[in-house]
Amino acid sequence: MNVRSQISMVFHLDKCIGCHTCSVACKNIWTDRKGTEYMWFNNVETKPGTGYPTQWEDQGKYHGGWEVSGDKLRLRSTGKGRIVTNIFHNPHLPTMDDYYEPWTYKYEDLFNAPAGTDQPTAMPISKVTGKYIDIKAGPNWDDDLGGSPIYAANDPNLSGLGEEQRQQLQALERLVLFYFPRICNHCLNPACVASCPSGALYKRGEDGIVLINQKRCRAWRSCVAACPYKKTYYNWSTGKSEKCLLCYPRLETGQAPACFHSCVGRIRYLGVLLYDADRIAEIAKLPADKLVEAQREIILDPNDPNVIAEARRCGVHESVIESAQKSPVYKFVKVWKIALPPHIEYRTLPMLFYVPPLLPVLGQTDNNVYENGQDVAAIFHPFDQQRVPMKYLANLFACGDEGKIRYVLRKLMAVRAFKRAATVGDIPMATALQALSQADSSDSEAEDIYRMTALPTFAQRFVIPPMHREEAIEAFKDPQDHKREVGFGFTASPKRGL
Amino acid sequence: MNNFPLPIAAAPAGLPIDDVLFVVVPYVVLALFFVMTIWRYVKDKFSYSSFSSQFLENQHQFWGSVPWHYGILALVAGHLIGFLFPREVLWWNAVPARLYIMETGALIFGVTALVGLVNLIIRRAINERIRAVTSRMDVLILVLLLLQVLSGLYVALFTRWGTSWFAGVLSPYLWSLFTLRPDASAVALLPWSIKLHILGAYAIFGVFPFTRLVHVLVVPNHYLWRRAQVVMWNVRKNSTGGGK
Repeated sequence: MNVRSQISMVFHLDKCIGCHTCSVACKNIWTDRKGTEYMWFNNVETKPGTGYPTQWEDQGKYHGGWEVSGDKLRLRSTGKGRIVTNIFHNPHLPTMDDYYEPWTYKYEDLFNAPAGTDQPTAMPISKVTGKYIDIKAGPNWDDDLGGSPIYAANDPNLSGLGEEQRQQLQALERLVLFYFPRICNHCLNPACVASCPSGALYKRGEDGIVLINQKRCRAWRSCVAACPYKKTYYNWSTGKSEKCLLCYPRLETGQAPACFHSCVGRIRYLGVLLYDADRIAEIAKLPADKLVEAQREIILDPNDPNVIAEARRCGVHESVIESAQKSPVYKFVKVWKIALPPHIEYRTLPMLFYVPPLLPVLGQTDNNVYENGQDVAAIFHPFDQQRVPMKYLANLFACGDEGKIRYVLRKLMAVRAFKRAATVGDIPMATALQALSQADSSDSEAEDIYRMTALPTFAQRFVIPPMHREEAIEAFKDPQDHKREVGFGFTASPKRGL
Repeated sequence: MNNFPLPIAAAPAGLPIDDVLFVVVPYVVLALFFVMTIWRYVKDKFSYSSFSSQFLENQHQFWGSVPWHYGILALVAGHLIGFLFPREVLWWNAVPARLYIMETGALIFGVTALVGLVNLIIRRAINERIRAVTSRMDVLILVLLLLQVLSGLYVALFTRWGTSWFAGVLSPYLWSLFTLRPDASAVALLPWSIKLHILGAYAIFGVFPFTRLVHVLVVPNHYLWRRAQVVMWNVRKNSTGGGK
């Protein structure tokens, strides 16, 4: 056993209100420079929808992630043999048109226009060329289902849905959407790292954050093509790729990443997971229907004395083990089993998990009277009529296995019934408890889930382990001396070329 | 030694200008090349990049970058072989059929490189996005490379059997430079087209450290034998793959 720690995340989609505060917080800190205007390390997509970059989930088009070939795992976009040809022209590189050409407006025209009979306008100008552009698309062009007959119809997750189900999704009175916020998944088997010819990308051993060394990146662009989530971006101005860094400078000083900190709906959780690194290669090759379970399996129980002993032997710091024991992510993923990885069929083993949305909750009506569910069947009744088809969620979070989605939704529904029985009282408690046991849960677990989803404090949502940067410095000099001597490190401006 | 046609013009030898151009200039260029590339790597590693613009324009880039790189890499390798193994090249060229194969091959790669380079120049000139990321050094290096490929093709077509006389004349000249016993007397007798090609090469080496060409020096050689995943530790030794 090779125990490593990973800072891992859960997004609770039922709580996301689609306000994009996370995206704006991130952009203001990291991507408001030349060449990064089009990058959104954090973005919020409307589902059903095609996302950003357009149709990123269609790996037939983008060739991201891994595939099993024989008994070996190989990248879909590149490899040791293919790098020689790919380096001159990468056949699977998305271009700026797959994202959007960033623009601003010529605001000074509003002030400088000569007097006339019509209102002056601020024309859009490209942030790349500085010339007038005709805006055709943007990063959230299909936000809140805008233009969805054109955009949402191309959502790759709709594959496998019957014509009737597709029609239902678009029926006006049943129209449905949910939000899908995305950051880098900081995968256990990152395709971006494995594809980089320069070895500029790496995963940090202590916390699993995946980073790009800006001084080693040479613009070979392999990572952009290889990441199936399209979360590495090419800075066309500096000639370096950039990606979400999980705000590691904030984490190292004990603060939550900006997108987590600013989250209005409080949908985000962050904490440490311990996992067995020896088994990554083995489970990444499993058949698609076994991947979700297998990933859960290599996540280790931080309270198990054997795991603790192994973790100590592998050099995991005591404070990190302690932090793993308090991790909200561990509870969501492994104890309650209600958080699932996005598109694990890409085989990168993403370490960002999602609680699939229950919305909208449908009740039964009986003579136009809303029926809360007096019996267990009524409590679970809505799922088969859920406006977001189960198959759609399954394509997104469970390799198409509806059973895994059903398990989560039943548990979430049972928790609601339980709390309603306790607080409102119009559902008999006996029925609620019965529903809980049928949903593989219990009253104490339901109470825990309720507290962690409805009432968590800042410190409960974000259990940030001490990052022990002093240990990195100790190898070379006294950390106290270092503290007095250094500024911010990389102080040259990130300009293009010489 | 003179069993191949040597394109030596009947000009008076030993002009001082030839010593400046073919003895002083190469040493200045070499010094500039080594000092500046190393200085740039040490002081400004961030600026080492290929500055790929494929992200901004994808289609035309294929017809420029791919033929250009395959063509120029083969030609550079050919020049290097002529420099390092002149005897072997002369032995190979001793049979006319083999000489024709060698010359034709070199010409094909030259034309391939020219097609790619012209495409890259056109793309850079007409595409708005690419123009936005074009620096003055990019223009300079494209002009120099175009002149170099054109003069190379001119030499290949009009002073034939270059694979042989390169091994016989230019290889000894280059060796004389590298062994610090410079002797440009043979070069001084060469026709102007070959001299232009040699000076073009010096010009390219001279501006090399100040342009995007430095990406040649950081080709990803270790990708072929490193493990797929890279993990870096604070305290433990940096490791690749599954090690602790």
